[in-house]
Amino acid sequence: MSTLQPDWRKRFSQLRAVVTIEMRRYFFTRQALAIYLLALAPVVIIGLHAITSPLGRHCNIAEDTEILAGIIQLFYVHLGIFFGCLILFTWLFRGEIVQRSLHYYLLAPLRREIIVLGKFIAGAVTTSIIFCVAVSLSFIFMYGHFGPKGQQFVFDGPGLHHLGAYLVITVLACFGYGAIFLALSLIFRNPVIPGAFFFGWETISSVLPATLQKFSITFYLKNLAPVELSGKGLLSVFTVVAQPVSEFIAIPGFFLFIGLALYFACWRMRTIEISYAKD
Amino acid sequence: MADTNREIVFNNVSKFYGEVLGVNRVSLTIPPGITSLVGPNGSGKTTLMNLMTGLIRPTEGTLSVCGLGPDQPEEFFAMVGYCSQFDSFPRGITGFDLVYNGLMLHGYEYEKAYRLAMEAIDRAGLVQAAHRKVAGYSKGMRQRIRLASAIAHHPTILVLDEPLNGLDPMARAETIALFQSIAQEGLHVIVSSHILHEVDQISDQVILLSSGYVVAEGPIHDVRTDVTDHPMQIMVRCSDPALLASKIFAMNHAVEAKLHTDGKGLLVRTRDVNNFYLLLNQIVESGALELEAVAPADDDVNSVYQYLIGSEGNSI
Ligand SMILES: Nc1ncnc2c1ncn2[C@@H]1O[C@H](COP(=O)(O)OP(=O)(O)OP(=O)(O)O)[C@@H](O)[C@H]1O
Ligand SMILES: [Mg+2]
Repeated sequence: MSTLQPDWRKRFSQLRAVVTIEMRRYFFTRQALAIYLLALAPVVIIGLHAITSPLGRHCNIAEDTEILAGIIQLFYVHLGIFFGCLILFTWLFRGEIVQRSLHYYLLAPLRREIIVLGKFIAGAVTTSIIFCVAVSLSFIFMYGHFGPKGQQFVFDGPGLHHLGAYLVITVLACFGYGAIFLALSLIFRNPVIPGAFFFGWETISSVLPATLQKFSITFYLKNLAPVELSGKGLLSVFTVVAQPVSEFIAIPGFFLFIGLALYFACWRMRTIEISYAKD
Repeated sequence: MADTNREIVFNNVSKFYGEVLGVNRVSLTIPPGITSLVGPNGSGKTTLMNLMTGLIRPTEGTLSVCGLGPDQPEEFFAMVGYCSQFDSFPRGITGFDLVYNGLMLHGYEYEKAYRLAMEAIDRAGLVQAAHRKVAGYSKGMRQRIRLASAIAHHPTILVLDEPLNGLDPMARAETIALFQSIAQEGLHVIVSSHILHEVDQISDQVILLSSGYVVAEGPIHDVRTDVTDHPMQIMVRCSDPALLASKIFAMNHAVEAKLHTDGKGLLVRTRDVNNFYLLLNQIVESGALELEAVAPADDDVNSVYQYLIGSEGNSI
């Protein structure tokens, strides 16, 4: 502790304060409710599947592994986490303006960058927790219902590695989408249109030239996927990696992406004025 | 030079909200002590205070508060406490959490934040209600919790937007006593009000605002003589303006009057408005004529002065 400059130590406690204050709010908002629904829908479906097919009576591990990979890469990454983050992160500052409470932050003796960073961390941790729990539950239900065979796949086979990769993808997706939506919410009043645009971009980016693809979140996440989906027809748009890059490029590239979005958000935040005008 | 570090300086500051004028070409130097910003609704009091605390930025001009600006938030807001006019709070928060969270943002340890929060809440007289949700507070209690939140970190510059609004007489007296004790320590207290009478007793200096302009500033005594030196115009509409004019001249020579061109009104100029109103009442009570309307005839400085200062000792 003593090696830190006093100034930085103070900033760190301020950041911690922002994160604590924010996180206490998120789990019980209307926004969080929508996120729970998004996150748990596949869990319910897989749970039903597990009940109707005890001990893998009507299915096999290879098939279900691919289905799980599809649920995570297609549903969670493309829809669930995307819209979950859209809901939560565009509300971080918008909500404070609508509720007319942003000035409590702006009048505190902390740099505005810390407000942005604190809110971002709180939001990313919240969505990560919710979606990691959901992904883990999906995983447990999926392999649990195979009984000993499933246990073997998880502990002696590639199962744990898959779970680890899925959790990493989930967390990265929360941080990545979160940063983008946070930045977008500081430019646009209404996040729906830029959100739809961004959704379209993430969807079509796979068929764009390789350089352009690097400007999408899903590009980096696809490179981390542990199971390759045998994309058929239209779905292949989401799953085929045109020009794979290694994890050592995917992860730093991804953080660069997040860094740029946050830098932009901080820059907007520094010049923001309170107006609370009627929308 | 050392003094500029104790003053709040506005240098030709203008603020426009799009097309709408907030304040225009304000140049002010505010020394320590209690300063009142007084003006009717929409005159720019809140705009000046928001500018001072960096919630909004000037369209033109510069300002500094004791040598610092809101661009250095870490030092600036450690010494500034602002009780804004926004009567709004983070959703679902309790009074205690509002004050405590604010202190945590200073980077204080838990114990210190807790102690300062309880101290401020005690000063605001809200200990009983501290752990209740602010949403359930009365207007006066909300005002007080915001005050507590503004003073909790012991600021040396306290900016308060209509702090007496909604307070009962007891709380008013206590709040005023609080300002005075802070000002006695040589600190800044900037208070706004739309009633001069409410704050002129406690103020060391007064700034009068009207429609975004500073119309007078200085020690309260100077401002008041300024006002009484200016004659004031009043338009009286009545059934028989000529009769009214003759009656007025008969009773008071300090009044000038001329008939309005449409023949239904009388334009009166006087330095002693209170006396004129008394006179007018007597004439009306005698039943000689019927009154339709009485209003300040011009929108200039004088009528604002009258509005603000005329309330003193009278009704409103
Ligand atoms: N966010 C805003 N957008 C547009 N116009 C604004 C905004 N805030 C203030 N104004 C305008 O600026 C002018 C000054 O307003 P301000 O709130 O500073 O007045 P005030 O003296 O505080 O009034 P009150 O006594 O009602 O609090 C008014 O004409 C108002 O309409
Ligand atoms: Mg105001």
